[in-house]
Amino acid sequence: MYNEKVLEHFKNPHNVGTIEDPDGFAEVGSSECGDTMKMYLRVKNGRIEDVRYQTYGCCAAIASSSIATDMVKGKTIDEADAITKADIVEALGGLPEKKIHCSLMVEDAIHAAIADYRSKHNK
Amino acid sequence: MGIYLDHAATTYTDKAVFEAMRPYFEEFFGNPSSQHGFGRAAEKAVMKARGQVAALIGADSSDIYFTAGGTESDNWAIKGVAEAAGSGHIITSAVEHHAVLETCKYLESRGFDVTYLPVDGKGRVNPDDVRKAIRGDTILISIMTANNETGTIMPVREIGKIAREHDILFHTDAVQAAGHIPLRVDELDVDLMSLSAHKFYGPKGVGALYVRGGITLSKFIHGGGHEKDKRAGTLNTPGIVGMGAAAEIALRDMDKNAAHEQALVKRLSDALLQLPESRLNGDPDNRLPGHLNISFGGIEGEALLTYLDMEGIAISTGSACSSGSSKPSYVLLAMGLSIEEARGAVRITLGRENTEEQIDEVIEKTTASVKRLQEFSPLFAQRRDKGSYV
Repeated sequence: MYNEKVLEHFKNPHNVGTIEDPDGFAEVGSSECGDTMKMYLRVKNGRIEDVRYQTYGCCAAIASSSIATDMVKGKTIDEADAITKADIVEALGGLPEKKIHCSLMVEDAIHAAIADYRSKHNK
Repeated sequence: MGIYLDHAATTYTDKAVFEAMRPYFEEFFGNPSSQHGFGRAAEKAVMKARGQVAALIGADSSDIYFTAGGTESDNWAIKGVAEAAGSGHIITSAVEHHAVLETCKYLESRGFDVTYLPVDGKGRVNPDDVRKAIRGDTILISIMTANNETGTIMPVREIGKIAREHDILFHTDAVQAAGHIPLRVDELDVDLMSLSAHKFYGPKGVGALYVRGGITLSKFIHGGGHEKDKRAGTLNTPGIVGMGAAAEIALRDMDKNAAHEQALVKRLSDALLQLPESRLNGDPDNRLPGHLNISFGGIEGEALLTYLDMEGIAISTGSACSSGSSKPSYVLLAMGLSIEEARGAVRITLGRENTEEQIDEVIEKTTASVKRLQEFSPLFAQRRDKGSYV
């Protein structure tokens, strides 16, 4: 039910981990299935220099976390904030219909972590 | 082709079973209802199979009705009793297979009352609860022989005794249990029993319903006069022959297979229960021989399944019928597991052909996969950092 790209990200997820004293942090959950994600941002000169996460969820949630953090890395705050679940699903080459909501959790995490960064840094 | 550990979903068809079926596609293709030699040859084979299936559960062969599988048998047993009674109350459990639960829900929509009994932490119905639930208008008790997700064996004998004392019909869905543990309808005081061939190395698409002689069960499929005018439709001769052959082999090899599977399950569970935040779901003692349902904290069963699938190892989360949904198992929730525990569950069901070498490989790959998934789980990390994981 999952394509090769999804399985590859699931098998070897990128950017897993935590950041000490992150510039932005968020913990979000999916109300649909109970998945949970923590996201940590390191921001320098308005750009996301590093991003780490921990995810509790299914294959789709983990693969979405992996590819979305790749997409976020190196982008400006505004660019990163514009990423949607459709972008994440497209980058993965598609997800099964029932698993689309898993990518929404990752979109939520990006927005929430950026909001946290902005509130702390008045930006 | 990898390692198959999902025998509760289905088994392969035994070679000898397949060979027994083959002539009934070819030279003995006749319709068992026909009055010529071609028909008689097929009819003879169906009679033999009826005897073989009856022997598996200690029944009279005249009380065996062939169906298209376990789901049909469950539907027929429950709707057949309900329709013959016209109205009344049915007692079942919260952990039955969907074939029973959905049938009961349908009957509720038609004016019947249904009590869904709870289960204990091991997944067993308390016979006292059955006794207490009985009303003046109770027409049927339907409790499964063994659960398809946990393998927990129900106190069927005690429940059968209670049903008999109160003169209430007792149906048991034995689809997961038949062919794996000894079952005798008389000892269990069972009036109706559902069976399915593909759960014990027979073909898919054929099952049976045992109906104790003298019971009024309404006609299920209208048409010709097949199966004593109760279940119309040309008999699936090759499938029925296959079910008979599979039943005979299952009965013959039952002790040997059970001992083999139990030893492998013990090897597997001893190793996997060493992992942090693991727990056995189901009854440690009264369980089908090849069944292991186990939860790992902080991870999702579906993720573990996908990891193992990439390694060529086939397991499942919950039952095959509800896979793909992200809802935690209703069986495990009824047993009192937390949502996280239920979502972290996988069902590993062994068969007679699995080997020690395979199990050792599964232990190694599962251990590595669980550790890896727990490594990047925020839930697991939180508890580990607080030093609170077991």
